[in-house]
Amino acid sequence: MSILLKKGAEASLYLTNWQGKRVVIKQRLPKKYRPVQLDQKIRRYRTIHEPQLMHEAKCAGVPTPIIFMVDVENSTIVMEYIEGHQVKQLLDALCEPDREDICRKIGKGIANLHTYGIVHGDLTTSNMILTREGRIFFVDFGLGEKTSELEAKGVDLHLLRRALQSTHFQVAEECFRLVLKGYGEVVGAEASATVLAKVKEIEKRGRYVSERQQET
Amino acid sequence: MADDRLAQRFCLGIESTADDFGVGVAAFNGNILANISDGYVPEAGGIHPREAARHHAEVADKVLLEALVRAQLKPRDLAVVAFAQGPGLGPCLRTGATVARALASYLHIPLVGVNHSVAHIEIGRLKTGAQDPLTLYASGGNTMVTAYASGRYRIFGETLDIALGNCLDVFAREAGIKNRKGIPLGAAVEQLAEKGEKLIPLPYVVKGMDMSLSGLLTAATAALQKGANLQDVCYSLQEHAFSMVSEVTERALAHTEKQEVLLTGGVAANKRLQVMLKIIASEHDAQFMVVPKEFASDNGAMIAWTGVLAYMRGLVTPVEESFVKLKWRVDKVDVPWVIHS
Repeated sequence: MSILLKKGAEASLYLTNWQGKRVVIKQRLPKKYRPVQLDQKIRRYRTIHEPQLMHEAKCAGVPTPIIFMVDVENSTIVMEYIEGHQVKQLLDALCEPDREDICRKIGKGIANLHTYGIVHGDLTTSNMILTREGRIFFVDFGLGEKTSELEAKGVDLHLLRRALQSTHFQVAEECFRLVLKGYGEVVGAEASATVLAKVKEIEKRGRYVSERQQET
Repeated sequence: MADDRLAQRFCLGIESTADDFGVGVAAFNGNILANISDGYVPEAGGIHPREAARHHAEVADKVLLEALVRAQLKPRDLAVVAFAQGPGLGPCLRTGATVARALASYLHIPLVGVNHSVAHIEIGRLKTGAQDPLTLYASGGNTMVTAYASGRYRIFGETLDIALGNCLDVFAREAGIKNRKGIPLGAAVEQLAEKGEKLIPLPYVVKGMDMSLSGLLTAATAALQKGANLQDVCYSLQEHAFSMVSEVTERALAHTEKQEVLLTGGVAANKRLQVMLKIIASEHDAQFMVVPKEFASDNGAMIAWTGVLAYMRGLVTPVEESFVKLKWRVDKVDVPWVIHS
């Protein structure tokens, strides 16, 4: 028997038993709004790419679910079920020291990914799972990339900041600052300053940014 | 106030953020009495801000008078003057703001500075009856996915570089499609795309809930230069660009779990984009709504109506604080009139 865990925008997640294990089946369903040709290309690419990145993330020391099976034809991935809570559901309610601890851990995780040449591509608090042991698992690497470009790292952090601002608006700036603190603890002050400068540059490139006005 | 009294109070709204100079009149009960616009058409290339501002100054009195005649009102009948305070092109914004200040001072009535992006959302809500939608606002200057949360419209996704309408317009100009009054370049691309058959592979760049369209524009232009069929390129450009904004909208919809999807802004007039979003909305059991065509592109009525909403909440803009805000983001604006249980 399988239970629908989540009907996301891109994929449906089912919780089920597979070979005696509790697993999550992630299935990317066809999207009727886009042309079949484009739809197949996107789903195929992401189904192949995501497990590869999740495997590499482990090499980088970042917890991700174990991949058990990939079925490219059906755009389906079978992976380990991680027991825990989405960071999205916890972050606002946590007391300050706990929030600081989690944000720093998130920052360290991102730094480890970046150092290894992986950008996640969709850093939101829904894609981070906190386990009872206090580890943070990163999931949903479908939009990730294997790259060491500064630009890609900057966009990655920019997206996290934006996700914090839209979903955790009361604590967003404080959380982002703590994430950067954790990030800096891994990559060092200099590298962290370079990425932060890039984040600012990317923000200024955006439309209607008040900071840019002062320069023109 | 009773509705019949609200129907007898009026706000005049001035829109001049980019190439259109528009004047609208809204009654406090939501009746739109007039919506007159005059667009600046560049001789070549895109909008030249100074030339557009010159156009606005030249047509301002004509458009203003026409709006009042259409609304069957005299200037003395107005209770409030609203104007688009930003975001937009500096010279254009300043022209509209100057007209608004003059009118408000002369009539001794309050002035209300309105955020142009908020106005696109509000006219969409007024005209479709949407209560608490996830909004895709796509135009020549903006492409963003927003939804209300705790006092403001929050931005869930947006373009990392150029706007959707800008992508289509610039491509059209590169393809040599002429700028004609009454037929926006985007509409010309849409007509050509309908006859396209072959999907040419182009970049598809979604990053989280954001998208990047500049690489797509470059690749589409390059495909054309290499001799690809114009109709096929228009089709492929639209399919890729719209799939990207639709994917981002769907992500935001799954994230926010809103019950309504509202499409607003100039690109809302595109039938193909409407179809894509309608499919997405129905898959998430949400209702799809699209702003009527006459209120899709920049217009004065949306400024007038948002002016009413702000004024009824006691928000006015003293003349000394009425300077224009070129980069005024939608998530910096309090919208106390939006109340959800």
